[in-house]
Amino acid sequence: MQRSRIFASVGIAWLLLTLVVIGYATRQGLILAPTDVLQGNVFRIFFYHVPHSMLSLVFPYVNFGASLCYLFWRRRDPLKALTADAWAIASAEVTVVYASICLWTGMLWGRVEWGLWWTWDARLTSMLLLWLLYVSYLMLRKLSSTGQTHTLAAVLSVFAAIDVPIVYMSIQWWRTQHPAPVFFGGPDAGLDKSMYPAWIWNIVAWGMWGLFLLIFRYMLERRRQQSQQDAALQAIEASLELAK
Amino acid sequence: MSYFGHVFTHLRKDIQLEWRSRDSINGMLFFSLLVVVVFSLAFDPTAAMSRQIAGGILWVTLLFASITALNQAWTREQRNRVLDALRMSPAPPSALFLGKALANLLFVALVEVVLAPLFIIFYNLHALGQGWLLLVVMPLGTWALVCNGTFFAALGLRTRNRELLLPLILFPISIPALLGMMQATTAILTGESEPGIWIRLLIAYNIAFTTVCLLLFETVLSAE
Repeated sequence: MQRSRIFASVGIAWLLLTLVVIGYATRQGLILAPTDVLQGNVFRIFFYHVPHSMLSLVFPYVNFGASLCYLFWRRRDPLKALTADAWAIASAEVTVVYASICLWTGMLWGRVEWGLWWTWDARLTSMLLLWLLYVSYLMLRKLSSTGQTHTLAAVLSVFAAIDVPIVYMSIQWWRTQHPAPVFFGGPDAGLDKSMYPAWIWNIVAWGMWGLFLLIFRYMLERRRQQSQQDAALQAIEASLELAK
Repeated sequence: MSYFGHVFTHLRKDIQLEWRSRDSINGMLFFSLLVVVVFSLAFDPTAAMSRQIAGGILWVTLLFASITALNQAWTREQRNRVLDALRMSPAPPSALFLGKALANLLFVALVEVVLAPLFIIFYNLHALGQGWLLLVVMPLGTWALVCNGTFFAALGLRTRNRELLLPLILFPISIPALLGMMQATTAILTGESEPGIWIRLLIAYNIAFTTVCLLLFETVLSAE
């Protein structure tokens, strides 16, 4: 009981701190950073878009690592394996959320700057495929029957992790064979020093928020597993009572 | 019995089963014929345009056709609880997988052999590039579809809505392979670019995923 209370207060403190940092970072991005010479105020969406796209490439590693741990512990230590599975589902969901935000904000920007919502550019296509892979992972979790969800999902996660570099390479080749559309060279193309604080604060803020979501979802999944175990245990005890 | 002895036994059993019913081959053949007709109605292609789109249409047709067969591939093992017997047998599970995948490869290849002349007639095709390279691309592409397809069909076997689940997880994983097959076939048909890089992509994809499938099949077969 004592431990869970400490966890809860640490969690609330972390959430409040994250909200403060997000507020500060948003002020940095929207007000303090100087206006871009070429694009005007439209570029400010990048302070939101780029951290999300960077982080949506980090969470799949958590998912892959957790899935490998699950497959390793599955027979050796089932309780630890359940912990790994909770990490896997939490990171997969956060990946989908972050990748969706990345795609959505990217489209908003593209509509204004390119006049197009979407173009089959190498980066856009690879991000979309990453999103598709993790949505299909969540679909599998939803559709498989309870007993084997963890194992099947872990196997699919290994497939997805192997697929990502192949997707990346093939999309690069695909797009270099065709004339590439004009693409703004990312934040590193002519980044002014005065923009650094806004970038760094935004990356830190959305990183903290992602970590909060990840751990919150993990705790939620652990609770669900715990209540499932308790229910199973009660059912066994009840059947033993009957047998007497 | 050696490992390949087991593979061969499974393969022979699958071919025998298929020979007696011919369900999945007939189904795939008629299905792909329908798709070819529907696509030519939709696009009404000229000879030059059909070279551009035929590679894509061919592989989409084969993908959809093989999904119909792959969904059936493991269901027949569930009748009379044959799959449980196979799980208890001392034969290596990956041999079961390899036998099944090879059998599916054979069935889809048969469909391709029948489909190829139809394609040439309906779309007025003749390759402007090196046509013999199609003999490399077709088996590589078919194996890429069938190997992962057989694996995911087994993965989805005991889930709800398994017919729905197979394409949902097979398509995203197969996208790089599909891109490779379609680009290589289009490059060969139009003769405008080199298919070499796409053939290498297909080889790398096949090696990577065949290895993973063989390693993880036991986990999937005994997932409870």
